[in-house]
Amino acid sequence: MKFKKIAAAVGALALAGSLAACGGGDDTGSDAGGDKIKIGIKFDQPGLGFKEADGSYSGFDVDMATYIAEGLGYEEDQIEFVEAVSANRETFLKDGTVDMILATYSITDERKAEVDFAGPYYVAGQDILVAADNTDITGPKTLDGKKLCSVTGSTPAENIKENYSKGVQLQEFDTYSKCITAIEGGQLDAMTTDDIILAGYAQQDPGKFKIVGAPFSEENYGVGLPKGSEDRDKINDLIEQSFEDGAWEKAFNDNLGESGYELPEPPTVDRY
Amino acid sequence: MSASVLYDAPGPRGKALNLVYSAVALAALAWVAWIVYSKFDSTGQWEADKWTPFLESQTWENFLIPGLIGTLSAFAVGAVLAVAFGFVFAVGRLSQSRFISVPSAVVVEFFRAIPMLLLMMFIYFMQQPLGLDTSVFWAVVLGLMLYNGSVLAEVIRAGVNALPKGQSEAGVAIGLSPGQVMRTILLPQAVRAMLPAIIAQLVVLLKDTALGYILAYSELLNQINKLDGNFDNLIPAALVVALIYIALNTILGLVANFVEARTRRVGHTAGPVGHAEDPNVQTATAAGMPGGNA
Amino acid sequence: MDLISESGSAILTSFGLTLRLAFFSGIFSLLLGVVLATFRVSPVPVLRWVGAAVVYTLRNTPLTLVMFFTLFGLSYQLGVSFDKELLYRNNFWLAVLALSVYTSTFVCEVLRSGINTVPLGQAEAARAIGLTFTQNLRLIVLPQALRSVINPLASVLIAMTKNTTVAVTIGVTTATFVNEASGQMKALMERNSDQILLIFIIFAAGFMILTLPIGFIAGWASKRFAVIR
Repeated sequence: MKFKKIAAAVGALALAGSLAACGGGDDTGSDAGGDKIKIGIKFDQPGLGFKEADGSYSGFDVDMATYIAEGLGYEEDQIEFVEAVSANRETFLKDGTVDMILATYSITDERKAEVDFAGPYYVAGQDILVAADNTDITGPKTLDGKKLCSVTGSTPAENIKENYSKGVQLQEFDTYSKCITAIEGGQLDAMTTDDIILAGYAQQDPGKFKIVGAPFSEENYGVGLPKGSEDRDKINDLIEQSFEDGAWEKAFNDNLGESGYELPEPPTVDRY
Repeated sequence: MSASVLYDAPGPRGKALNLVYSAVALAALAWVAWIVYSKFDSTGQWEADKWTPFLESQTWENFLIPGLIGTLSAFAVGAVLAVAFGFVFAVGRLSQSRFISVPSAVVVEFFRAIPMLLLMMFIYFMQQPLGLDTSVFWAVVLGLMLYNGSVLAEVIRAGVNALPKGQSEAGVAIGLSPGQVMRTILLPQAVRAMLPAIIAQLVVLLKDTALGYILAYSELLNQINKLDGNFDNLIPAALVVALIYIALNTILGLVANFVEARTRRVGHTAGPVGHAEDPNVQTATAAGMPGGNA
Repeated sequence: MDLISESGSAILTSFGLTLRLAFFSGIFSLLLGVVLATFRVSPVPVLRWVGAAVVYTLRNTPLTLVMFFTLFGLSYQLGVSFDKELLYRNNFWLAVLALSVYTSTFVCEVLRSGINTVPLGQAEAARAIGLTFTQNLRLIVLPQALRSVINPLASVLIAMTKNTTVAVTIGVTTATFVNEASGQMKALMERNSDQILLIFIIFAAGFMILTLPIGFIAGWASKRFAVIR
């Protein structure tokens, strides 16, 4: 059915072209009520928010987002996922590109001034990922002379260099995936970021990597909402409900269960 | 193969020697190819599951075609704006009024001297302080416009300067204003003569869209990251994208050759056709490191 | 000027790194360019094809992608490493390699156009007195060709100096992990969002200081060494 594939590719090109031509427009296809919820997630974070090759979405954030949206009364086909890269999360909430964001979004005071947060629904911490057979890296203080990978513009690597191991050698890439490639090939020794993000990569190749398991910071992942959102209390209730009815644990186990990283206790929702 | 002026047509001994050299060169090539092949093999780069995604229409729909659209839309908008920018500042720099020509010259020289990547980063970070929504697309496109537009301004200006003086004198003699002389006599001829150089610069512009990768603009190179995230095939994905780039540039190069052949045949200009004679133009295009044009 | 007192030395260090990148890449790209040009005009067909293929491929591939292949292909897959222990040293020389190889194709094409400016009679006279291809090229043609392409070569070197900014793809740093100019500018702009214009002006001026002398020296040299015909 080669012809079909080519036809599909040409069709996609034509569709994209026509979309560009009419400058956005409304969502093609049918949405009967017109009542959709647009949720910002990561598209490139395996195990958390990930767009699969077939166009479907997977990950802990995705499952939590679906649970919350359904709790708010949306059907699964009324959920539209939008890619929210770190730099444009606040902008997307302010200008209405998305209705809420679950994208490894840490609750901080600076961000609270611009957007509202429900949750936290997860407490992550900075940790280190190494090859499974590595024994000499046991924590942030054991990285002197080691080659540590991190993602451009992220502070975790600087944190290690300034506060723990002054002699660490830093390599910056634009994706974690490249760090993983380099650690797998033995060119680099370790990478650092939030433990749950590391777990997502460890899950992809079970047995090849391990997480050192000595988190040395605390990141409260929250649900980002536009300032003054009326749904905040409802979402906080839904997050607490997910801790109790097992949905939270299931979302974790489905997506990160084989990473070798243990599920921590659920956090306490902060109704500020 | 026409004989080069650098060496005599080889005699029997020379032919034999050439054969030996060829054999040695081929052996060296084969050796390098084998090393690359076996190393890639040992790290599993030839494994089928790294390559089969490229046979799936989904991969093209979700990754490569959106990347291609990203690259081509930045190219198209950037090219149109750069050509417009080039005309405005070429005419500005040729203006008889110093109040116009000096600032135009400063703008053109400034943007030619700054690395395009720094320009793009500057525009990217400048949007928020100016109260604009941060758009990486416009950072890339405006960076492309400012640099390539400045190079094109010099190309067009050199084209006008290469025209015989009699052309503008004749225009003035029949009572045309300086603007009319420029618009109706000089520019049409200069553009015709410089078309190959202009297209060569557009090939450069197409290649330069790849700088958008560094700013995380969703163009072809960025799809390598996404493909790698899905299929763990960094090297195969990069090879496929490189082939796409070479194909795109080859197409543009063919267009450039076709246009060059046409302008040569038609030859409606009063001035010298082509740009090799003019050192200014050579400098301008060499600065941009044009690719593609054979 | 808080920016200068806080980051002044880091900015200088990063331009020092950019200068070193440009210096070594300049030298190696000129040498490699001569080799490639020799291939392209040589009597051995296979060498001509190799030269043409290398030039065509590299000129149609974005430098960003060439950098990418140098790190992930050449170094990570093929095991080419300039320093197994020190990351910054390995990355620096990989960037020099990528820049040199990429730029050498432009040097090659400039040289080839220079060879075309050497009058036919020169090469013919050389052949008539029995010089071989390499002698002809080394003693008669290349010296004249080089002198006639000083200005276009300078343009290539200026473009190469600006292209050092693309080394940010590899993550080129000094021993103390100061980035080259583009990485440094980006980091500064991220941290000082109220002084973006000032930061840009500083880096723009820095590049003018690096590239203007190349143009001046070339202008002087092309007059000094002009081939009088």
